[in-house]
Amino acid sequence: MASIFSKQFKSDSKRVAADLGHRSLIRNALTKYETSRDLHKAAFQDWQGARQAAAERKWEAINHLDKYLEEFASKLEARGTKVHWASTAAQARQIFLDILKEKGAHSIIKSKAMTAEEIHLNDALEKAGYSVVESDLGEYIVQLRNEPPYHIVFPAMHLTRGQISTLFTEKLGAAPTDNPEDLTMIARKVLRDKYITADVGITGANFAVAETGMVSITENEGNARLTAALPRTLITLLGIEKIVPNLSDLALFLPMLATAGAGQAITGYNSMYGGPRQPGETDGPEEYHVVLIDNGRTTLLADPEQRDALHCIRCGACLNVCPIYRNVGGHSYGTTYSGPIGSVITPHLRGLQDWKHLSQASSLCGACSEACPVKIDLHHHLLQNRRNAMALKPVWWEKLAFRAFGFLATSPALLNALIPLGRFAQKWFHWIVLGGPLDPARVWTETRDLPPIAPRTFNDIWREKSRTCGIQKHNAQ
Amino acid sequence: MTSEKQNILRRIREALTLPASAPGHNHHGSNEPIAHWLPQVGPGFEVQADLFAHNSVQLKSTFHLLEDEAAAAAKLAEIARANAWQRVASHGTPSTRAMVSALNLPTLWTDTGYDVREMEQCDAGITECDALVAQTGSVLVTGRSAGGRALSVLPPHHVVLARRDQLVADLPAAFGLLQRTYAEKYPSFISFITGPSRTGDIERILVLGAHGPKALTILCW
Repeated sequence: MASIFSKQFKSDSKRVAADLGHRSLIRNALTKYETSRDLHKAAFQDWQGARQAAAERKWEAINHLDKYLEEFASKLEARGTKVHWASTAAQARQIFLDILKEKGAHSIIKSKAMTAEEIHLNDALEKAGYSVVESDLGEYIVQLRNEPPYHIVFPAMHLTRGQISTLFTEKLGAAPTDNPEDLTMIARKVLRDKYITADVGITGANFAVAETGMVSITENEGNARLTAALPRTLITLLGIEKIVPNLSDLALFLPMLATAGAGQAITGYNSMYGGPRQPGETDGPEEYHVVLIDNGRTTLLADPEQRDALHCIRCGACLNVCPIYRNVGGHSYGTTYSGPIGSVITPHLRGLQDWKHLSQASSLCGACSEACPVKIDLHHHLLQNRRNAMALKPVWWEKLAFRAFGFLATSPALLNALIPLGRFAQKWFHWIVLGGPLDPARVWTETRDLPPIAPRTFNDIWREKSRTCGIQKHNAQ
Repeated sequence: MTSEKQNILRRIREALTLPASAPGHNHHGSNEPIAHWLPQVGPGFEVQADLFAHNSVQLKSTFHLLEDEAAAAAKLAEIARANAWQRVASHGTPSTRAMVSALNLPTLWTDTGYDVREMEQCDAGITECDALVAQTGSVLVTGRSAGGRALSVLPPHHVVLARRDQLVADLPAAFGLLQRTYAEKYPSFISFITGPSRTGDIERILVLGAHGPKALTILCW
């Protein structure tokens, strides 16, 4: 039986792939991205060398993860940060609830964090009575729409300015406008007030530097900087795979993340936080908490074949180039991480049998592996997921179908005898069920023409030609 | 809490008993310095200042290379008049004290703490920095060099005061500088600021001043 997630994926993809408005929005956004990405990639002296160097640094970090994590945590703790460890999403949520309760928090300002999406943090906090406001513009927009982010880097890529204006009019009472700048200023004004009154800030992280015990956050808007500057308590949630060994590694990762992720030479703000406000500093939070979360990552770590999927720096480059992502869109996946990297890691994080269908939704073109700045072998991992899923839970009718095909393909006499029969059936009977629910070829015929079986097979033509041109004789010599 | 730490570390160690093959097919990456891969930066102040100026145009920040501190002070006063600043925020260093005081505007000094609402009312935040990075057009600041975390992001206009010898070639050089300056005791906040605050979240159209400053001006002498 196909999982409910698989059914949902199929029906959502079918709908979105045929939505012309959606396609033109995505094409517009990603064409702009491609142009600037290529420009900045070309500025590197050696992009391929940089990819290799980045892959090696992440390999070093991930394959000595215990050592680097301990170093990261002890350096942070040495300067007054409280480091928390969570094996599961539920534990991580509980850590947040405990901190908020202890601090008597009321309002929370949050900057973009995919890990928070992963553990459904906002839902949990809101259920507990806290108000959480997303401060990244795109995240704020999708939060107002009660939607998950559409893309890990561009959360509101699927919306037009008209839709956003309507949303702001409905939810914020703003005057309608089709000017992106005016829309941005409406959000800026509303959120400024939230910053000043928020007592707790929550951020995600892009890198965790073991050597110096620092959390590195990359952003363009300045919302994460404000989140880390103004509230009295700051909490950062990050996956244990975010580690890089040295501070100087960021000289490589920051420009690569920007180029691969957003087509920028470097992102607007790259900030490193090494603790709460230190003696002699003028501002910053009184308390800093760092929550390290596993939530399935060690399962992926235990698979050496696919371990490099933990090298991922969440740039989104593989989504942007993926023909599947571009046609079915970010929401169809039904996962926190969409696109090729999501298809690779979700089965490890949330169960192979429930999520194996994502690995089938691929043309295996390899564009993702080519785009990945840390050289994750994405398309081969999709194949490995397929193999593993089949080995653990074989599908009887697929096995039967392939056995039948194998039998036919190795019995030429039988195959030749069946072809005229197929031709006859297609011509006289197929039209009755064509494209309908009883059509055995429905997967194909529902949306495509089925060409007729050729009037003469290759075998027929070969026999005829050899008779007239003497090919057979020539070959025999 | 401690036990979860032990659990996670135990699972990691168990997982790592199986080795993973090293990445890539061509192993030419390993031992080269990072600067080797990144965009090229020429030698010498003139070339690097030109590159910084070029990057500033792309980023929509404003870069003024000035004769001396007096010229920088005059430029700052000119910017204050042109933008009709009513009040500014800054932090106390010899240069800022002289140049900002000369503006004769109500000034919020962040050194001994400040009220956030008051800073929010300021028209500009005027700070020093640790370095300017020619390769990317970035300004490197820390909580110590630039008056804390908020001064360079909360007011709508950020003005950076920098001396010529603070211009470095590239990102690896900037990280090297950080290490030399602070290795014993890093500030709790370090940031590479590259251009004014920006967003492309609505139809990928660039808008400046999403949350942070709408304008970034760098005065270098």
